[in-house]
Amino acid sequence: MKISFSEQDERFRQEVADWLAANLCGEFEQLRFRGGPGDEHMFPEERKAWERKLASGGWTCVGWAPEHGGRGLSISQQVIFNEEYARAGGPGRMGHIGEGLAGPTIAAFGSEDQKRRFLPGIVSGTAFWCQGYSEPGAGSDLANVKTRAALDETGSNWIINGQKVWTSLAHESDWCFVIARTEPGSVGHRGLSFLLVPMDQAGITVRPIEQMTGTSEFNEVFFDNARTDAANIVGSPGEGWKIAMALLGFERGVSTLGQQMQFQNELSEIIAIAKANGAARDPILRQRLAEAWSGLRIMRYNSLRMLSGAQDGALRKEATIYKLFWSTWHANLGKLAMDVLGAGAELLEAAPYQLTRLQSLYLFSRADTLYGGSNEIQRNIIAERALGMPKEPRLRP
Amino acid sequence: MEFAFSDEQEMIRASAEGFLANVSDCAAVRAAMVTEQGYDSELWQRLCSEMYWPAIHIPEAFGGLGLGFVELTILLEQMGRRLLCSPFFATACMATPALLLAGNEAQKNAWLPGIADGSVTATLAFTGGNGWSAEDVHATAIAEGEGYVLNGTFSHVIDGHSADLLIIAARTPGSTGEAGISLFAVDATHAAIERQWLPTMDQTRRLARIQLDGLYLGADALLGEFGAGWPDLERVLQLACIGLAAEQTGGAQQVLDLSVAYMQERQQFGRPIASFQALKHRAADMMLQVECARSASYYAACVAQEVLDPQGDGQVAAELPLASALAKAQCSETYFHCAAESIQLHGGVGFTWEYDPHLYFKRARASESFLGAPAWHRERIASVILGEQP
Repeated sequence: MKISFSEQDERFRQEVADWLAANLCGEFEQLRFRGGPGDEHMFPEERKAWERKLASGGWTCVGWAPEHGGRGLSISQQVIFNEEYARAGGPGRMGHIGEGLAGPTIAAFGSEDQKRRFLPGIVSGTAFWCQGYSEPGAGSDLANVKTRAALDETGSNWIINGQKVWTSLAHESDWCFVIARTEPGSVGHRGLSFLLVPMDQAGITVRPIEQMTGTSEFNEVFFDNARTDAANIVGSPGEGWKIAMALLGFERGVSTLGQQMQFQNELSEIIAIAKANGAARDPILRQRLAEAWSGLRIMRYNSLRMLSGAQDGALRKEATIYKLFWSTWHANLGKLAMDVLGAGAELLEAAPYQLTRLQSLYLFSRADTLYGGSNEIQRNIIAERALGMPKEPRLRP
Repeated sequence: MEFAFSDEQEMIRASAEGFLANVSDCAAVRAAMVTEQGYDSELWQRLCSEMYWPAIHIPEAFGGLGLGFVELTILLEQMGRRLLCSPFFATACMATPALLLAGNEAQKNAWLPGIADGSVTATLAFTGGNGWSAEDVHATAIAEGEGYVLNGTFSHVIDGHSADLLIIAARTPGSTGEAGISLFAVDATHAAIERQWLPTMDQTRRLARIQLDGLYLGADALLGEFGAGWPDLERVLQLACIGLAAEQTGGAQQVLDLSVAYMQERQQFGRPIASFQALKHRAADMMLQVECARSASYYAACVAQEVLDPQGDGQVAAELPLASALAKAQCSETYFHCAAESIQLHGGVGFTWEYDPHLYFKRARASESFLGAPAWHRERIASVILGEQP
């Protein structure tokens, strides 16, 4: 067990920092520190261009294996890349769903043909992805998916009907991975399939959801005889649940380190305000600032442990705590930001409802404890999968 | 960077776990905790001569195994799980680091081989009050002739009544704060030292009061420079916090495991109470805290490793003040929270003397305040992150 970085790693750190200093400027200067949680709707085109710039330097999919077009970085170097990216103010990654979720899933479960067709676009920053999991009737009870898919008469296309919800970046995406029911009459996690669906088609309508922030990162996606090629199914029909669950494991991967660096930037802003406005003299706020700082350090140590222990690809049971911890921490940070600002926290950036960065953090972090498995679902997962406690007895229908 | 145990470290962990499950079970803890000494001498000799535990982080040149603080932490976590009653913590986490950081070659040669082979137990006496800062060093040391004369009283000395070697902090009369503090190593049986066991609520660890009445020490007893001992003492206390945090992590893990096992067994309303979501969520929150405590503890152990290693990474070693404050605050709160929860989750039997949760609940509270409560450590963190001190 060792936390120091080797000389080779430190040289790599310099390489990353140098590349970012030379490239995150000019037309991209305006993107620095933008596009994070609560700000994800900003500068979509410019951030897509930035993805292509990253790709040109070989800085997308840095943790992917070289055979999939990735850089094959060691865990240490992935940590360093994410740290330097955030230190430089690298914008929220438009490609993160492709790089962190779709790509690893296709690499793990997809056919050779699917890998050839889909992975290069993710690596080159030219194909963007969104996630079609939740539905109005399938939130925490994700297996209650109602969206249906069936092969047409010729067997050449899947025809998809139904509705997804809370789909972030749907209007900016080229592809969506969709969990759909392909066995008519099946219930629960049986009979589901994992489909890759092109977004640009008449059968798909994207409708933004106006959130409590006044902004719309999330969308509803309606499938009305939407189509995708019969070959665009990952795994076999009926394997959708298994693949969807494996994907949730990828979600707790190394990309979390980049997220932590955005958290660090937010915390630094709050600390600077506390020093400037005198809040730093309040003994209770001092305790809460120290607690927030400590929590973020622990988040980092947790992910270093998870990553170091996940060399064989399988996350250990300790990894189940990750989402519950960061979401709770982040919601608390939002409240701390408002308490440090005091009465001034009320004043908007501008009418009609333009939030400051910290107001946006305060409001948007209320979604953190809901999406991707609410805190209550996370606690069920920890209790059942990590602690081996019994599942809730089901009511008989 | 590899933040996971090596194969060798995993072997150390597994062997400690197995050994302690046999020798420090509930009956053994309850037998040891009612003796005045506070531990079983025979078991202590086995820890030393069969397992070589006190030698683990002592350099080979002084009779040790030459491993580091990470390996030490691995043992402490398992000891915490089993509430091992022993002089290990005071000897290995307080006195040994003081000798390693502040002692000269002759002093290390004089004391470390005995600690390594188990013939010497040791502790650190520094605070004269109820706090853990430099200003709480109240005892005095005056240079006289070739040596020093020490006077004063120490409170909260772990195993102070039974240790063979005392590391003592005393200050030059009239000095304040971090100035004027010196460290000494002295045979605890010296006639000018009076030691008194203080019965405590937590019976698994002993505290003593120590009084020095004109204790005369030769120049060879002084560790480091006269009057300039605070930086070493501060680092020793920070290392001890990291050791304590490891024990706390182990204790918290154990009460979680005990609680889950009990909830699986206990039936009410026709089903195991472990199937009730209200209890599952409480257990999940305990696990969340335990894993965060473990991460903080391991990270701090890696920092401590570099501090004790003369060739260690200086940049990592410089993280000691924050890493130790973070680990101590986090692990203290986690242990207390989990121990308190374990009583509630055990229901009525959790309140009995017969079941174990109360032993952990008491140990958790004692170790929460020893070497500084969470709020005190967080205030230190606040002053650093707010740029008020380096």
